Amino acid sequence: MNGDFGWALRAATFGLALAAGFSPAAAPAADGKLVVGVILPLSGTFANEGRQYEQGIAAYQKLNGKTVAGRSVEIVTRDDQGPGSGDLARRLTQELILREKADVIIGYSFTPNAMSAASLLGEAKRPAIIVNAATSIITERSPYFVRVSWTLPQSAATLGDWAAKNGIKTVYTMVSDFAPGIDAETWFKKAFIAGGGQVVGEVRTPVTSMEYAPYLQRVIEAKPDALFAFNPGGDVSVAFMKAARERNLAGAGIKLLVTGDVVEDNSLSLIGEGLEGVISAHHYQSGIASAENERFIKAYKEVAGAEAIPNFRAVQAYDAMDLLYKAVAKTGGKTDATGLLEAMKGLTLTSPRGTITIDPQTRDVVQDVYIRRGEKLDGRWQNRAFETYKAVVDPGKTAR
Amino acid sequence: MSSLVAVLVDGVAYGMLLFLSAVGLSVTLGLMRFINLAHGAFAMVGAYLAVVVVGAGLPFLLALPLVFVVVGIFGIAIERTAIRYLYRRSALEQVLFSIGLAFALGALANLIFGPQQQGILTPAWLTGRVALLGLEITSYRLFLIAMGAATAIALIYLFEHTLFGARIRAAVDNRRAAEGIGIQVERLFALTFGLGAALAGLGGALSVEMLGLDPAFALKYLTMLLMVVAIGGAGSIEGSLLAALGLGTVDALFKYLLPEAGGFVIFGLLVAVLLVKPAGLKGRVA
Repeated sequence: MNGDFGWALRAATFGLALAAGFSPAAAPAADGKLVVGVILPLSGTFANEGRQYEQGIAAYQKLNGKTVAGRSVEIVTRDDQGPGSGDLARRLTQELILREKADVIIGYSFTPNAMSAASLLGEAKRPAIIVNAATSIITERSPYFVRVSWTLPQSAATLGDWAAKNGIKTVYTMVSDFAPGIDAETWFKKAFIAGGGQVVGEVRTPVTSMEYAPYLQRVIEAKPDALFAFNPGGDVSVAFMKAARERNLAGAGIKLLVTGDVVEDNSLSLIGEGLEGVISAHHYQSGIASAENERFIKAYKEVAGAEAIPNFRAVQAYDAMDLLYKAVAKTGGKTDATGLLEAMKGLTLTSPRGTITIDPQTRDVVQDVYIRRGEKLDGRWQNRAFETYKAVVDPGKTAR
Repeated sequence: MSSLVAVLVDGVAYGMLLFLSAVGLSVTLGLMRFINLAHGAFAMVGAYLAVVVVGAGLPFLLALPLVFVVVGIFGIAIERTAIRYLYRRSALEQVLFSIGLAFALGALANLIFGPQQQGILTPAWLTGRVALLGLEITSYRLFLIAMGAATAIALIYLFEHTLFGARIRAAVDNRRAAEGIGIQVERLFALTFGLGAALAGLGGALSVEMLGLDPAFALKYLTMLLMVVAIGGAGSIEGSLLAALGLGTVDALFKYLLPEAGGFVIFGLLVAVLLVKPAGLKGRVA
């Protein structure tokens, strides 16, 4: 036993020494290679998410090749195992920059992982393109962050505004109790109350909770016009959506409003009947009719298999690559951090989700947000967009 | 008032699901003194098997006994090839081996099925709502309650009123004496371990509808299962039943009455029970 403990202690000390000996002056690769360090959750509970990003990146390279502005692009991928793996994301960021000589980082599915790497990017002077992490404040934690994905306030505030304008007077809110959930709750309420709505009850549920029936019973008794809900996706959201149907929210005359990640394209077949009439706000659904989306889905299926359905995560990774390629093309192949960041600021991309722009002031994404309704089309459950909010800016940035 | 009853019924159903998934662990832990952290992995094997056979067209109700038998045989195979060498080893070695097995089975599931969520097609009569005593209960939850009750009765009968049960108790209490009167302890232990695995598989198959299924399943719900066994007392069927129903109803009740903190009450319950009764509610103090 003692030996084990001593070994662990030495390993920890060594790790700390490694962290302390971090030198900010590590030079990027100068041999014509453009090294992209990719950090995703590839094992554990969120491996499925990680795979979506990976395949989105692969789909992009399938369509656009592996060189840009004369630089050959090399992808080096690391697994941060999702949230709650301590400072792993930070250590991997460091390793990618120091040892693999990464010019740029693409990654961070979760808010805490992006947060933990923030200070490092400044020390090392490397830009990082956020592939998902959606809490508003992240991009303010480091001037080296550029976000191509979305922010929760973008979806939540849009939904709040829509609800207030469409005859919903009273709402009960139910969000998972962690940073993105608080973000979703805050911004939905702000927009909904500003539009004249009233919040009649709110609850924050444990992040991993799989049993929602008692919470929903409480909602049914409060008799609101609608329930606004956010939870972390995957099995938790599927369980929530099933429970909402089981408790018969619709039968009690209560509309269900959710952010789009709760009903993402991959979960729809599992949610099934539970999707009927559910209103959601999101920046992507596979039903978007555009040439770019068709090209993307076709390339994605070639990479991931004919049965695979890309979700918003795959699109975000695809766009992260697009942002990088476009920026490097703009700098003529130069990849110094200042030049790259400047090139990314203000860039407009034709994404599968529609036109998106990187706001030059905030380095955050500006995009259309769709209001969708769950319905069965040609035997498949889908979220069908029926209204679009154009060029939505992250409200978390404008309020101050 | 009626909604409080509805919440309690939901909680009982959830508790029954916990009981079905945990009772096999109570058997291996309490009766065989083997710390099997791969129990959740056996549940996962049962869940994947159910998804596959139901997907291939086998009716859900027939899939359940099939899963029970196949995972039971799988458990016996694991017991004969590996576990039996660990009975006399230290608790730490048992923990390390079984958690390693759980990781390996999880990785195997990831290789075969990929990391995505799996669903199971439950028959129409299990997805509707039933009006009962002025309440609307979903038929799947009623089904869980019935399954849990039937399993509890069957197990209590097996362990308390059959020769098999008497032999097991004898073998656990005094192995040498049991062997001396001609009980084949080796075979008995293999069968008991298989029974524990079979029960896990059944619990897993029944969990898919409510908890979903992915390769992380093997470890995700282990904490809850261990809580059931710790509160109930290892080796006691009644204990597991009481603990699971207690956890299910307390969880539901507090989520309903005190939504802002209700999700954490069960952990307080665990601490409280173990402070008063360190061996669990029905634990046999060895």
